[in-house]
Amino acid sequence: MAVLEIEGDTALVSPVRKRRRAGGLFLAAVAWIVLIGLAAALAGVLPIQSPTDLDMLARREPPSAEHWLGTDQLGRDMLARLIYGARISLTVGLLAPVIGVSVGGCLGMLAGYFRGRFETLTVGGVDVLLAFPPLVFALAVTAYLGQSVLNITLVIGVLGIPAFTRVARAVTLSLSEREFVTAARALGATHARILLRELLPNVALPLLAFFLLGVAVSIVVEGALSFLGLGVPPPAPSWGSMIGEGRESLDIAPWLAFLPALFMFLSVLAFNIVGDTLRALTDPRPGTL
Amino acid sequence: MARFIGQRLAYLLPVLLAVSVLTFLIASLLPGDLAYTILGDQATPEKVAALRAQMGLDLPIWQRYGLWLWDALHGDLGRSFRTGETVLNAVLERLPVSLELMVMAELIGLAIGIPLAILCAVKSGSAIDRFLTGLAFGNLSLPSFLVAILLIYLFAVQLNWLPATGWVPFSEDPLGNLRSFVLPALTLAFAEWPALMRVLRSDMIATLQEDFIAMAKAKGLRPARILLVHALKPSSLTLVTVTGINIGRLIGGAVIVETIFALPGIGRLLVGAIYARDFIILQGVVLFVAAGFVVVNFIVDMLYAVLDPRIRHGRA
Amino acid sequence: MTAPLLSIEGVSVDLPTPRGPLRAVDNVDLSLAPGRTLGVVGESGCGKTMLSRAILQLLPKRARLSGRVMFAGRDLASLPAEALRRLRGPELAVVFQDPMTSLNPVLTVGTQIIETLQAHLGMDAAAAAARGAELLAAVGIPAPAQRLRQYPHQLSGGMRQRVAIAIALSCEPKLLIADEPTTALDVTVQAQILDLLAREQQRRHMAMILITHDLGVVAGRTDEVAVMYAGRIVERAPTLKLFARMRMPYTEALLAAIPKLDSPPHTPLPAIAGRPPDPTRPLAGCSFAPRCRYADGRCRAAKPPLADPERAGTLYACWHPLGVSEAASA
Repeated sequence: MAVLEIEGDTALVSPVRKRRRAGGLFLAAVAWIVLIGLAAALAGVLPIQSPTDLDMLARREPPSAEHWLGTDQLGRDMLARLIYGARISLTVGLLAPVIGVSVGGCLGMLAGYFRGRFETLTVGGVDVLLAFPPLVFALAVTAYLGQSVLNITLVIGVLGIPAFTRVARAVTLSLSEREFVTAARALGATHARILLRELLPNVALPLLAFFLLGVAVSIVVEGALSFLGLGVPPPAPSWGSMIGEGRESLDIAPWLAFLPALFMFLSVLAFNIVGDTLRALTDPRPGTL
Repeated sequence: MARFIGQRLAYLLPVLLAVSVLTFLIASLLPGDLAYTILGDQATPEKVAALRAQMGLDLPIWQRYGLWLWDALHGDLGRSFRTGETVLNAVLERLPVSLELMVMAELIGLAIGIPLAILCAVKSGSAIDRFLTGLAFGNLSLPSFLVAILLIYLFAVQLNWLPATGWVPFSEDPLGNLRSFVLPALTLAFAEWPALMRVLRSDMIATLQEDFIAMAKAKGLRPARILLVHALKPSSLTLVTVTGINIGRLIGGAVIVETIFALPGIGRLLVGAIYARDFIILQGVVLFVAAGFVVVNFIVDMLYAVLDPRIRHGRA
Repeated sequence: MTAPLLSIEGVSVDLPTPRGPLRAVDNVDLSLAPGRTLGVVGESGCGKTMLSRAILQLLPKRARLSGRVMFAGRDLASLPAEALRRLRGPELAVVFQDPMTSLNPVLTVGTQIIETLQAHLGMDAAAAAARGAELLAAVGIPAPAQRLRQYPHQLSGGMRQRVAIAIALSCEPKLLIADEPTTALDVTVQAQILDLLAREQQRRHMAMILITHDLGVVAGRTDEVAVMYAGRIVERAPTLKLFARMRMPYTEALLAAIPKLDSPPHTPLPAIAGRPPDPTRPLAGCSFAPRCRYADGRCRAAKPPLADPERAGTLYACWHPLGVSEAASA
């Protein structure tokens, strides 16, 4: 669903009232992203506790003056862990799709522009990557290269390349037929010039929308890996690992799992809303992925 | 029609081959000396060398792949050095679990998604449509492990209706077996239904504006018949595609869900193989999973011809 | 005089648009006796299709209908949905313009005929299949039993329209609305389809409304003709009288635009200059005034009412009707 989507018999009628509500949701999403982003970036200078200090005498405490959101099962401050967890999730979440969009975007644009055997090879390669179980790839790489933020980012980034390739190729295909490309070619523009000056600016916007959706997916994948204990290693807090650890305390202290879950959900939702709104602006057809 | 099938097959085989090559490469790059791991405490340099020679580990990588491929084409996918069971056996033992989970999850997802999609399409633009579409959108932001935690908290911890983990084979205790699948299947279904609903809703809204629906109304047919026979069939192409793709993905074993709920399925087999460096199992199972994915996509293509007779007769 | 089967009284259709309400049909009065044929003629966009949808109660969701549509003594606009559904088929039927889009492409021809018979006549599958084959034969489709198993895209355009007609006639309706039934077909097939409709209408003593943009189609096939322009009826008369003594300059222009066999070769066809008015910006005066060669200040200032000043059973809406002296029309 695009937050700005128009439904029903649209030939003559457009429900004007929708725009205002959509704007509110979009703003709220942006606000959350800014808030959590700032908190993560400024974690070092914020007046919060250390996320790794144990206090075995104050385990699973409810919120108090000392610990604003309570403590986890090892007595560590929840608020601090949540904010430092944001650091990891947002770092991976933002950097991984950069790999996807740059490599995949290039490949897709070139495939859609030059067509022929290069395109067949690229599409075939994408299909092969998609047939490969993604989690296996992630586990294998982390087993080989070790668990670290960098490696997780690399893996998730590479896993995202096929999707970006597809999008870039589809957009390029539809644009290549249009007049401004034909005109540029008639004026004797080189391939490079057409790609960079004519196609890239038009492909950039849909790719940006997809990038934001990719951020949401990357946060989820990092969370899943950490949840299984296969992501960023302890004691570094990641929302995923916090949820995984909190699982054992579900019966006595459910908020240990639900607080990071809430933060993750809100962040993923926010990026989805922003990405989807952008996608609706650049592609008027109703949303299908 | 035969040509269509032939064309699709000709495309799929190279993909399968490429996947097997990729897997072989990754498996071979896994650190740790296999022979050393197998011998364990009894490892001495001579024994390691001997075992390596015996297992053909000192051959160049392309030769090893060739040998593996040759055996695979003859139906021999190898034998796990850990457990001694053949890859085929390992897969067949765990396949029913993954299949049962997959089928239940997809059925529940469709059972939720299809009626909601029809409802939203009929009442498109109304408050209930906006609410349900918003719900689907929000659900997309809820990853499976979060849903799992929520469901476990609700049904296992608070209400104590369903088990959080543990699996019994169907032959032992059918009811217990089904009960152990409810939460995992629901978890997966939650991830499935939004995509299914969105896609069907979108197609149905478009279909409902077609002339032949106005014609069906003008003929005085019952609304139920118009919706379910006239509108649903031409709108289901994308739904079938998405369902097929999802099932294909799930064949890889829903690793996260299987791990959380301790189900002995293919996903956990894969993960175990990676950690034990059991690359024979890894190779065979990944090939199997990719083959399954590819076969399912193939079936989806065939289903198109069934659903839309225009494709069957050569024009679309 | 027999009571009219269909009586449209003051019907208007308004559609909300971003630029304001659009009046697609403006205060239309029509009546049709049982067994008679009415032709409704007009350019694209004149509202004739909206009018047919209004009669059938198949208007788009956001359209507003005012006025009454009396069919066999009941106002269709106020009937509950179930009663309306039972009417459709046995009493009221329709043939749409393009059989490629009005027949469901994923269901067989047989299914689409049989379901109507089962829904309204309660036939079982075998009886309905037999009757379906009979109906297809009656509309001139060869090898009807095989056709039942085929899909619409496997038939030619003319055959598809015959199927649509067979479906429409299957429950012996009292009124058939044919909305541009031949526009989407080859010229060679058009006459066949029109003859088929006329023949069936005679046989079943069925009332018919024939909607078209082509005056030539209604000549000789209708009892009465109504000409529509910009959502209004601008002339209405028994067919023979209309062609003998048309009053509206618009009708005259329509007739002149039809190519005639006996004109010398290379005679330019007189087209009507200009375009119909923007329906969201209705004119104060006569809607046809910008394109009419007889228009004067009075025409642009005030809308002429649809009236029958000669008391001859012919209605028209014009300040300067053709063939009538100024004194008589004042």
